[in-house]
Amino acid sequence: MIRFIGRRFLNILLSLFVLATLTFFLMQAVPGDPFLDEKTPKAAREAMLAVYGLDQPVWKQYGIYLGNLIQGNLGISYKTPGQTVNQIISQSFIYSAKLGGIAVVVSVIVGVALGMISAMYNRKLIDKLAVVISILGISIPNFVVASVTQYYIAAEWRLLPVSGLNGPLSYVLPTLALSALPIAFIARLTRSSMLEVLTADYIRTAKAKGLSPIRITLRHGLRNAILPVVTYLGPMSANIITGSVVVEKIYNVPGLGQFFTNSVTNRDYPLIMGITLFYAIILMFARFLADVGYAMVDPRMKKSTKGG
Amino acid sequence: MYKKTGLTLAALMIAGGVLAACGNSNTGTEGNTNTGTNTAANNGSEAPTAPSGDQVFRMNLTSEPPTLDPALMQDNVSGTVANGIFEGLTKDDKEGKTVEGMAESWTVSEDGKTYTFKIRQNSKWSTGNPVTAHDFEFSWKRTLDPKATTPSPYAYQLYYIQGAEAYNTGKGKIEDVGVKAIDDNTLEVKLTHPTTYFLSLLNFYTYFPVDKVAVEKDAKWANEAATFSSNGPFKLTGWEHNSKVTIEKNENYYGNADVKLAKVEFFMMGDSNTELNNFNTQALDWAGKPTGTIPGPQVDKFRKDNDPKLQIKDSASSYYYIFNQSKKPFNNEKVRKALSMSIDRQLIVDRVALEGQKPAFGFVPPVINGAEKSFREETQQTYFEENVEEAKKLLEEGLKEEGMSAFPATTLIYNTSDKHAKIATAITEMWKQNLGIEVKTEVQEWKVFLQNRTSLNYDIARAGWGADYNDAMTFLDLYITGSGNNDIGQKNEAYDKLVKDAYASADKAERIKLLAQAEKMLMDTAAVMPVYYDTSVSLVQPYVKDVLMTYNGNINYNYAYIAK
Repeated sequence: MIRFIGRRFLNILLSLFVLATLTFFLMQAVPGDPFLDEKTPKAAREAMLAVYGLDQPVWKQYGIYLGNLIQGNLGISYKTPGQTVNQIISQSFIYSAKLGGIAVVVSVIVGVALGMISAMYNRKLIDKLAVVISILGISIPNFVVASVTQYYIAAEWRLLPVSGLNGPLSYVLPTLALSALPIAFIARLTRSSMLEVLTADYIRTAKAKGLSPIRITLRHGLRNAILPVVTYLGPMSANIITGSVVVEKIYNVPGLGQFFTNSVTNRDYPLIMGITLFYAIILMFARFLADVGYAMVDPRMKKSTKGG
Repeated sequence: MYKKTGLTLAALMIAGGVLAACGNSNTGTEGNTNTGTNTAANNGSEAPTAPSGDQVFRMNLTSEPPTLDPALMQDNVSGTVANGIFEGLTKDDKEGKTVEGMAESWTVSEDGKTYTFKIRQNSKWSTGNPVTAHDFEFSWKRTLDPKATTPSPYAYQLYYIQGAEAYNTGKGKIEDVGVKAIDDNTLEVKLTHPTTYFLSLLNFYTYFPVDKVAVEKDAKWANEAATFSSNGPFKLTGWEHNSKVTIEKNENYYGNADVKLAKVEFFMMGDSNTELNNFNTQALDWAGKPTGTIPGPQVDKFRKDNDPKLQIKDSASSYYYIFNQSKKPFNNEKVRKALSMSIDRQLIVDRVALEGQKPAFGFVPPVINGAEKSFREETQQTYFEENVEEAKKLLEEGLKEEGMSAFPATTLIYNTSDKHAKIATAITEMWKQNLGIEVKTEVQEWKVFLQNRTSLNYDIARAGWGADYNDAMTFLDLYITGSGNNDIGQKNEAYDKLVKDAYASADKAERIKLLAQAEKMLMDTAAVMPVYYDTSVSLVQPYVKDVLMTYNGNINYNYAYIAK
């Protein structure tokens, strides 16, 4: 297990290095620079470029950047010179993580429950209803869910706050928009693997032993059926807790999401790098956790990793 | 219950005539937001109302202010907050006229180059320190400092001051900058040219003072509300980054008795539909310009409904197309004229742009001042006419002069926006129908677009310019040789001379004459193709009173109050 973790860890470091390098040079290749603006005179623009070392050759800039990166210093944001990238990320990640965390929990609970119910009532009305819900969840993009619910539920009927994160009620709509797709996906994953598991021999044995159907589904069925969900959970959580660009914009959540696009539009190089690396770290870490979790749920994984 | 309090208060106010603004904000507890009491008395009738209800004004900034340090500002969002928390030597009165601000009086030397300001004795920073002439000298020199940790992108706004440009570009000394505090309350400013609009410039954020004591104590003073110091009607009390800025009445402000709002809250909603939904649920008191956006089709809906909440104001901004004169056939005056004469501006304004804009047949917008009246009234209203037949002839002649048998493959570029896309489509369609020429359109991301435009890597491009100060010069000096904004490749000595003579002239009428000649030259050569004079479109709740729009479409909430 330790060797397994160690190897994965090295892998992550290497990937991050490659990613940082690629992003750095791609970003520099995009036309325009952070200080290119209609109302900034050329002389002022050049002075700014010099202050931030952007007049240096790209290789030199890259060297300086890597040096700072190793020390954990992501630099200051060119757009908002009063704030460092570290500050921006830590301040806004709190919001994204809080909202995203809630959405992940909701997705898992609702998705798994929906999937299980579907499987237990296979081909009955409830199952068909659950399938319809899943298909809707998968096929309607989250910005449509977000805009439509905001317009009707909040603006027209005034049942919930329109936007912002003030008080528990304001979490309802963004959570709905964020979790619609994962719920649907998890429900379908759970349903299909559950159906498979429920026909397995050990379930028949359990039935023969006279265990109650609920106990069979929860104890014996779910534990095995949940594996694909665990695999999916890694990348999904990383995605959700780092903030959705559209949902955060529509619900005016001061989270990370906005910076994925803003930083590029502003050519805010340090912020672009910071956001990209941060997202990559979260994503890789989540996958890593999912792998570990997988190993824990499925003893076969542990054995296979021991071997090599 | 709140309703009752509100009504009683309102009744008292009306009974007592115009009462002072104080003392009515204590009825509100948290959560006492709108319950829809803004009916009867406040609507419709234009009788003077008195402030009632919570004196809180809420608007959208769309995004985080990049900075609240006047030296580093270069954008509208920062400026919108700065205009409430800072005050320059002058300010705008309710009519938009430039009046005494931090300076209680001034004298101007005969040659129009030396200004001596008397700073108010009773003016203080929000931290309690007095605002002195030394603060102004310190602030302006700080902005010009070529070795500043973060250089000021807008330092050039101070170049009117003698020696400022030289110092800022590292060629001159700090001692030679023409701003000097004679004593605590006297500031002497020497200018390079007699600048007739200098007093109105002092109201611009680059000229705002900063608190020398606060800045010297903490270099990061402007980053958070706790260390912030300002001298305006309001002070910064909360800054949740990327979420909300809160400013509250500054009791240290010399005119605080006239400030009626207790608080202004700025939100940062990036989505225009979210902004509109918040306005419709009265979570915002103001939506749209200057720092927000109302979705285009919605503006049209509000207009058709004759909704009194919709406010459309002329703004000192021109929307136009430019031609790359370094490229054939756009170096040819006749070709450019043909393109400019063959579109239907009224149709574009009425059917495509839809925000009450006015068709433009000149370059300087009508709200810009002349010597006495507006620049447009004092000069020419229109410089050319739309005429398809004439345009066809001109195009043919122009192409022949350039030795071309047909109009070459041409692309029109514009930056990402629904509005620009629609207008580009309409105009190219008009060219196709009227002149039989094919012009392709291409959308480009803002910075890519700017890069291409400044490096003259285009055929025809969209452009827009909003005034930096209330004078025709802000539009006309764009296209002198060597100007950073001369992205049409124009080299016209006669034009340059007119603008430079206007710089040097201290005579108001004479200047306007020179500038009018320059504009005429720009139009006669069709160096730019004006499309329309822009407007500022906003939505305002009926209970919001006395929020003013400045000539260039900025918001002034310093005199505002709420009458719910």
